[in-house]
Amino acid sequence: MMNYIIPLESFAEHDAKQIGGKAYSLGVLLARGITIPPGLCITTRAYDTYVRSTGLLERISMELSRKDFGDMRWEEMWDASLRIRNMFLNTPMPSSLVGVLKGPLEEAFGLRPVAVRSSAPGEDSSKVTFAGLHETYMNVRGVYSILEHIRLVWASLWADGALLYRQEMGLDVTTSAMAVVVQELIDGEKSGVAFGENPNDETQVVIEAVHGLNQGLVDGTVEPDQWILERRGGRILSHTPVKRELIVVPATVGVHLEELDPGMREVPPLQPDEVGRVYELAMKAGDVFGSPQDVEWTFLQGDLFLLQSRPITTLPDRRSTDDRSWYLTLRRSFGNLRKLRDKIENELLPEMIVVAQALSGKDCTSLNDHELAEEILRSAEIYDSWEKRYWRYFIPFAHGMRLFGQVYNDTVRPVDPYEFMDLLVTSDLLSVKRNRMLEAMAELARKDYRLLAAVKVRGDTSEFREFTELMDGFIDAFGDLSCGVSSCSYDRESIKIVVRELATRPSGREQGRPRDMEKLTEEFLSLFPGEMSLFAAEVLDIARASYRLRDDDNIYLGRIKRQVILARQEGERRLALRTTAAPGTISDQELVRALQDPRYVPQAAVVPEETAGAKPVRIRARQLIGQPASRGIVSGVARVLEGMDDLLSFKAGEILVCDALDPGMTFIVPLASGIVERRGGMLIHGAIIAREYGLPCVTGVPDATELIQTGCRITVDGYLGIVILS
Amino acid sequence: MDFTLRKVAISEPRKLTEQLHELFFTQPLAVLSTAGNGQPYCSLIAFAATDDIHNLVFATTRSTRKYANIQNNARVSLLIDNRSNEVADFHNAMAVTATGTVAEISDEEKADLLGIYLKKHPYLEEFVMSPSCALMSVWVQNYYVVRRFQNVMVLHVG
Repeated sequence: MMNYIIPLESFAEHDAKQIGGKAYSLGVLLARGITIPPGLCITTRAYDTYVRSTGLLERISMELSRKDFGDMRWEEMWDASLRIRNMFLNTPMPSSLVGVLKGPLEEAFGLRPVAVRSSAPGEDSSKVTFAGLHETYMNVRGVYSILEHIRLVWASLWADGALLYRQEMGLDVTTSAMAVVVQELIDGEKSGVAFGENPNDETQVVIEAVHGLNQGLVDGTVEPDQWILERRGGRILSHTPVKRELIVVPATVGVHLEELDPGMREVPPLQPDEVGRVYELAMKAGDVFGSPQDVEWTFLQGDLFLLQSRPITTLPDRRSTDDRSWYLTLRRSFGNLRKLRDKIENELLPEMIVVAQALSGKDCTSLNDHELAEEILRSAEIYDSWEKRYWRYFIPFAHGMRLFGQVYNDTVRPVDPYEFMDLLVTSDLLSVKRNRMLEAMAELARKDYRLLAAVKVRGDTSEFREFTELMDGFIDAFGDLSCGVSSCSYDRESIKIVVRELATRPSGREQGRPRDMEKLTEEFLSLFPGEMSLFAAEVLDIARASYRLRDDDNIYLGRIKRQVILARQEGERRLALRTTAAPGTISDQELVRALQDPRYVPQAAVVPEETAGAKPVRIRARQLIGQPASRGIVSGVARVLEGMDDLLSFKAGEILVCDALDPGMTFIVPLASGIVERRGGMLIHGAIIAREYGLPCVTGVPDATELIQTGCRITVDGYLGIVILS
Repeated sequence: MDFTLRKVAISEPRKLTEQLHELFFTQPLAVLSTAGNGQPYCSLIAFAATDDIHNLVFATTRSTRKYANIQNNARVSLLIDNRSNEVADFHNAMAVTATGTVAEISDEEKADLLGIYLKKHPYLEEFVMSPSCALMSVWVQNYYVVRRFQNVMVLHVG
């Protein structure tokens, strides 16, 4: 018979499957005389009972079958994972299960602090290790808190990383389950990791150690001293000390990173005899399992405890075939995010602005052909280098919002897992500022029918001084509207078209819902006791920066791209008489060659033939599922954005349907009554801007721009994440 | 960042047709909805589909309420699904609503459709061959295909 709870010292071989890899190996080590913190295992049966009796099982299935896994972007995996986690947070354990678990947990731990760790079956198998995908919670006290954290560890069975590796892990909603290890927390004075075999040299063992708990070492915030030893005999070959500055210690709840006491900074965490004891421990663990082990350990008052042991493996590297795994490695610790923010705000953004300004100062039309060829290459190169930095620094910083989302949901337990976004919404986004300037022009036109008439017939507006000044200011600040997309019409007409359309709407419809941000913020922070509120305030601050930058960086990058496009366009204009190739089909190299050699005829790049649509389509969509990205419901006429023309013919009140909403297009958002986007995610630009304007929005609708046609009446249900076609 | 020409092969009609074909082959029963005096009326029926899925065939005796309803109003709807009647259906099941017009099959046309029907439901031979029994064929206009709980596609066939 399967039990719900088994002490680590008393499980039998046949329990292996329901206690998971981590609990199993701890039990085996304990049986062989290795000291581990005393603990219990909550078996997979408890998980099973919980998800089945509460109906969670089907809710998880429904969440994960909204679309094919193959179609899911990493952001959508993160979103699915967040929603599932929230389901666990808001679904209490049935009282019968609490009844079974409570007694043994109380008896074993009382109010002593514990660690609550995942122990998924197959998690640390010898083929692949998925260490770090599932959660561990340190310093949890009291039976009710332990039970809550067990639920959080269960939820991490569906962590975004786990979803990505679901095939390798054999993750399946109906059969997968998670066991949990609850162990006494050992408040060690020094801790670390021993690698039973140096990945670079199999004759060696590597030991890393820090003062305090080893969380800082494991997540990379505290740098460890390192020793290299001979595998045979354990002779120390080298010791590499580091600048010891930080230490992780238990806080009232969880753990806390603080400055290391100055007196401790000069002292290596381990003395040579202690290095020897860690070496012995690693070797013994290797003997027990018959293969070299990675071992986490800690010293408390001279006693050496083994915390965790797993076979040495490498994470599966699928970067080449599936770049979503790369994104998921971008989970950043709080410390890393802080550093990243500093770099972005104080170094990268100011530099980016200078570069963008310098680029736009150059008038391509005044260059001779050779200079223009150089400008095409130079601007493309600059753009490339910024695009690389964009991926390397700006994209990872989006995790600032995610970290906050997790902290918020853990504390507030909202019904809507995206409620945290309400605390991030700001009117300082560049694209909102830009729209506000357009709105100011529209307001002038609303008040002055002569100006309105001039705008409508695209006549001369130069006599309207205030309007002209606003327009000049707008172009100075943001360039013209169309840049940032693939073509660039360098004139004021496109701005007038949008202003004319905006003027047909009543004024003052910027913010969708009134918010008292200060009150919201205060309420949120008051949920954290003492020093925790400082942490919460900083996480919130980082999240707000992350939210703002997520948008602004695109705008700055767009300004750099504008020069690339302008230079290319000028080149194409000059070569128009020499080639039949359509604009946009000639590569940079061809353009440059033709500009440098007056006799050369540039060739169009080969554009793949369109294969779809050969047969008359006798199928149409009636209702499509995406993600609910901004609440509300609206019906209206769809306008599918395929190119610049669609942007400029956008009519007030239409529903914007696009592949991916680019910040270069957001100027039409104030005209839209709803947004549908093919690209998925709750924190993508389209979703952010829709929330900013209070527009219903559904993202992640596969084939949205093919299945929905301009002119079609559609309903956007931003509550359920569906689009209905009439 | 660009508007790129994205031509994704949208769920082609052929693929969907094949899936419906498969569903109709594996599901013996359907719910038929008729209307009499504005009152909808549902019945469970044994059905079969033609290869091109343009027609759905079923049999009924002429004394039934559904038969009477059809005499006055030939517009009908059918529901065919693969539910297992467990919660997993919410994410797993596929349900197809067919709308169209029904007519009794005349003796001249009967051979083909009867063959199709009896191939799927050989145990109903005695029932179908009875003089009181009518073989009916629904000429389908649209199939409304529901998957993933809320995803709905419409296939025009008639």
